[in-house]
Amino acid sequence: MIRPKIGVVSCSGECCSLGTLSRIATRRVLEDLQAGETVTICLPLFLAGDSGERLFATNFPTVAVDGCHKLCATKAIKRYSGETAATVDVEGLLEEWGTEAPASRRVITPGDMPLINKVARAISEKVDEIKGAPDA
Amino acid sequence: MSERSILIMPCSGMGKPFGTIARDATFRVVDEMRKGRAETNCLSLVVMGDEAAKKQVKESKCIAVDGCPLECSRKNIEIAGGCIAAHFRVMDLLRENRELRPRQVTFLDDDGIRLSEILAEKIAVKVDELGGERP
Repeated sequence: MIRPKIGVVSCSGECCSLGTLSRIATRRVLEDLQAGETVTICLPLFLAGDSGERLFATNFPTVAVDGCHKLCATKAIKRYSGETAATVDVEGLLEEWGTEAPASRRVITPGDMPLINKVARAISEKVDEIKGAPDA
Repeated sequence: MSERSILIMPCSGMGKPFGTIARDATFRVVDEMRKGRAETNCLSLVVMGDEAAKKQVKESKCIAVDGCPLECSRKNIEIAGGCIAAHFRVMDLLRENRELRPRQVTFLDDDGIRLSEILAEKIAVKVDELGGERP
């Protein structure tokens, strides 16, 4: 049996390092933690009206990874393809953990990696929840 | 000098190295090479209708920086009502630098970094041409 893929959609917000954090944590999930189980949807392509990306998000469960409380990825999927299966609000996680975002939006240091891995695990847990759901 | 500020918007595509190169080059320009003379903002925020972001796009000279030929940055700026003052595509840069073959998406490899540096130089020159003032 072929297990359906789960889409992970990162905001990649350019205005601050939260977008970079979301993006790299999402890549960690795609390449390592949930490799083979997940695919990414390119948010700019989705927003520009690509029918393939929107159809995927309509037919398959998606996890939105938003850098900040504005939740652009979640709102975009809801607007064009329906509800997300889960949302990870990275800014909210950092507030919960009492942690600062990386200092740079371009240069990620070795000291940033534990936080990236922690966010990646939070995303991966959402993927596991979806996989464990009765209709998955 | 123009009174309109310059807004550089990369696509930041996730699937291939080209979006990462577009993003990295943009940050090189706005955070280092032309700091204070050009800025960037979240492409998704603009498209999702944030009023302040839309106003910024409409009142700025926009430089679209696209990774692939699908040109999502250019399209999304236009959807938001922005005016494209200049447009760069990483794919065009690859044709001019065939010896460079970037492969890594998450963290750019040496070829990706070199392409980002070349692209950032081109964007910085364009910022100068457009007369970028302090935003």
